[in-house]
Amino acid sequence: MPLSSSAIRANLLLLRGGGGLFVSSRLASSAVLSTRPYKLHKLESGPASEAQVTSDEARKYYRDMATVRRMETAAGNLYKEKAIRGFCHLYSGQEACCVGMEAVLDRNDPVITAYRAHGWTYTRGVPVKAVLSELTGRASGCAKGKGGSMHMYNHNFYGGNGIVGAQVPLGAGIAFAQKYREDKRVCVTLYGDGAANQGQVFEAFNMAKLWDLPCIFVCENNKYGMGTAVERAAASTAYYTRGDYIPGLWVDAMDVITVREATRFAKDWCLSGKGPILLEMETYRYHGHSMSDPGTSYRTREEVQSMRQMRDPIASFRQTLLTAELVAEEELKEIDQSVRKEVDEAVQAAKTNAVPDPKELYTNVYSQPPSGQPNYRIRGIDQFTWSAN
Amino acid sequence: CRSLAARLGPVCLDAASFSRRRLSFGPQFVYTPESADKSLGETSRMNLFQAVTSALDNTLANDPSAVVFGEDVAFGGVFRCTVGLKDKYGKDRVFNTPLSEQGIVGFAIGHAVAGATTVAEIQFGDYIFPAFDQIANEASKYRYRSGNHFNCGSLTVRAPIGAVGHGALYHSQSPEGFFAHLPGIKVVIPRGPIQAKGLLLACINDPDPCFYFEPKILYRSAVEDVPVNGYVLPIGKAEVLIEGSDVTLIGYGTQVHVLREVARLAQSELGVSCELIDMRTILPFDEETVYASVCKTGRCLIAHEAPLTGGFGAELAASVQEHCFLNLEAPVRRVAGHDTPFPHIFENFYLPHQRRCLAAIKDLIGY
Repeated sequence: MPLSSSAIRANLLLLRGGGGLFVSSRLASSAVLSTRPYKLHKLESGPASEAQVTSDEARKYYRDMATVRRMETAAGNLYKEKAIRGFCHLYSGQEACCVGMEAVLDRNDPVITAYRAHGWTYTRGVPVKAVLSELTGRASGCAKGKGGSMHMYNHNFYGGNGIVGAQVPLGAGIAFAQKYREDKRVCVTLYGDGAANQGQVFEAFNMAKLWDLPCIFVCENNKYGMGTAVERAAASTAYYTRGDYIPGLWVDAMDVITVREATRFAKDWCLSGKGPILLEMETYRYHGHSMSDPGTSYRTREEVQSMRQMRDPIASFRQTLLTAELVAEEELKEIDQSVRKEVDEAVQAAKTNAVPDPKELYTNVYSQPPSGQPNYRIRGIDQFTWSAN
Repeated sequence: CRSLAARLGPVCLDAASFSRRRLSFGPQFVYTPESADKSLGETSRMNLFQAVTSALDNTLANDPSAVVFGEDVAFGGVFRCTVGLKDKYGKDRVFNTPLSEQGIVGFAIGHAVAGATTVAEIQFGDYIFPAFDQIANEASKYRYRSGNHFNCGSLTVRAPIGAVGHGALYHSQSPEGFFAHLPGIKVVIPRGPIQAKGLLLACINDPDPCFYFEPKILYRSAVEDVPVNGYVLPIGKAEVLIEGSDVTLIGYGTQVHVLREVARLAQSELGVSCELIDMRTILPFDEETVYASVCKTGRCLIAHEAPLTGGFGAELAASVQEHCFLNLEAPVRRVAGHDTPFPHIFENFYLPHQRRCLAAIKDLIGY
């Protein structure tokens, strides 16, 4: 059967390999894209206003953002089917933040965030299948099904935290460990606009600045702390300045390249021994705070719709790539299809994989039984659970 | 063990059958509505969160110094306990705070010390821990350390607690054990709407700082005809809900309703007559009622969702054995949550459900 012309192009694209000579003269292997303006706090200069992006990078960022978007939509649907219960906070709309930052970080730079963590879990290397299985409480989940939505972890990804603000001093502590061990790494410590008013955040700022810790504090400001608009919770909504003596950067986080360059700037800052820096990622979440919140009682549907239409990070990046002729439209469609397939398979696995063994109810409380009590058993459990094994 | 479990009833014991069956989650009970004293006058059908709103409404109406604040209370609160209050009494008296538990409670203590009636809400009991220093080191000690010069008695802090079926680690905790250890405060947990309104009003009017924990699973599932006017129920007084002769069952909050079912099953399956006590106040707890009951029955079972070690049941057990020793026919038993974090999965195994309690009663009778 003869191949269609788009299939021929697709096959040629797949044959391409590294990045140089290519069949179609219409596509570039890299382009210079401009970043959106930044705002500076106690900084003489900021990140670059332009950045070189290769077509490989473009494809990767697009794919990662599309995967997070589709994964979160799938999680929302699983929740509505009651396959996921409890608390589930979706990241849709904020994809450019985790993907853009991860573009500069490597897997050796630790990251810690709060509960809106599924996007970060994915970019930190946890496959979609393991994220969705964790949400449905299966043994194949990334925390063996024991953590759920808010407690996902991986190497150099410290979660996933339920009590907002509590992760910020933890992040400062991790940064201290890097500095102590002389690792050339930064710790990215994320929190939201609601948590920005917690006292322990400022305690962490003080320690980080006092001891010059390589910590990038990131406030993911999506304009609402649950249902409270930022103006009603904060005396100052200029979150990038609230580190006071810590230099800060305001970033339009609906554009992945803008986020990437800000992160590059921040990482260089920390690694050159200048101490911590604070990034405010101004972003937006399409869904409500959690699956129990429709997200329309404190903001208008028009506002949400207008963000989706005018400022969506994936749609605008797609447009940028096509305009810059970095990636062909057919390729983007293929990426979309491949992402859909990956997420659909993950959903099936999340629905059908085995539940954890009942002994997971009482394992991992301590590392091992106390040395003085070799027959130690977790107290409070009776024969109903013991006899399940 | 398996045959005992098989005889005692339908609890899923293997992972395979667990995944085959759709278990319902959370505490298993049927709420038994109660009725209020006729002398309290006109009633209205209310669930537990509406009873809380009614108590706050009465307070704001009668006490011009009273204010209510916390995260998201202005629109009505995440559990709808404060619906309509801002519109009725104004945003100066019913207002939102930022996300800062330590700040909320510290600020509330100060407001109370200055003499105002202060009702602060912590959104989930699981979030109360940043405020624990304020509670332990400021609120509980104020009167004592100032030689009665100052106090924050007009403070009441409300928080939802307890298992709800899907809350997992950070939306299901029962922290009353930590607070029972603080002389100077009072800790109160209601079992239903009529109790909730009377006990909350009692806390608000109480001259000492009160911590009022609302079992969140009861907010919607417990419905009764509650008096519309204000009334108080006694703090520091437990209530005997069912009289019996063989075993004393002690619980509070949601667990009272689980124990009601346990008492019924004990009678029908084992021929055992149980006396059921709702503690209502954790601190200072009603020693007289508890000791009188256990001295009568000779056997005691205490049940709570909070983990076993150091839970409030431990205090009750120690006190009961001290005061009722010669009357005891068997050691005091506790059925409680496991000594693990509240789990994301297998909540049904973790909670002190009917079958676990019934197994303990069998042990008590057969001792």
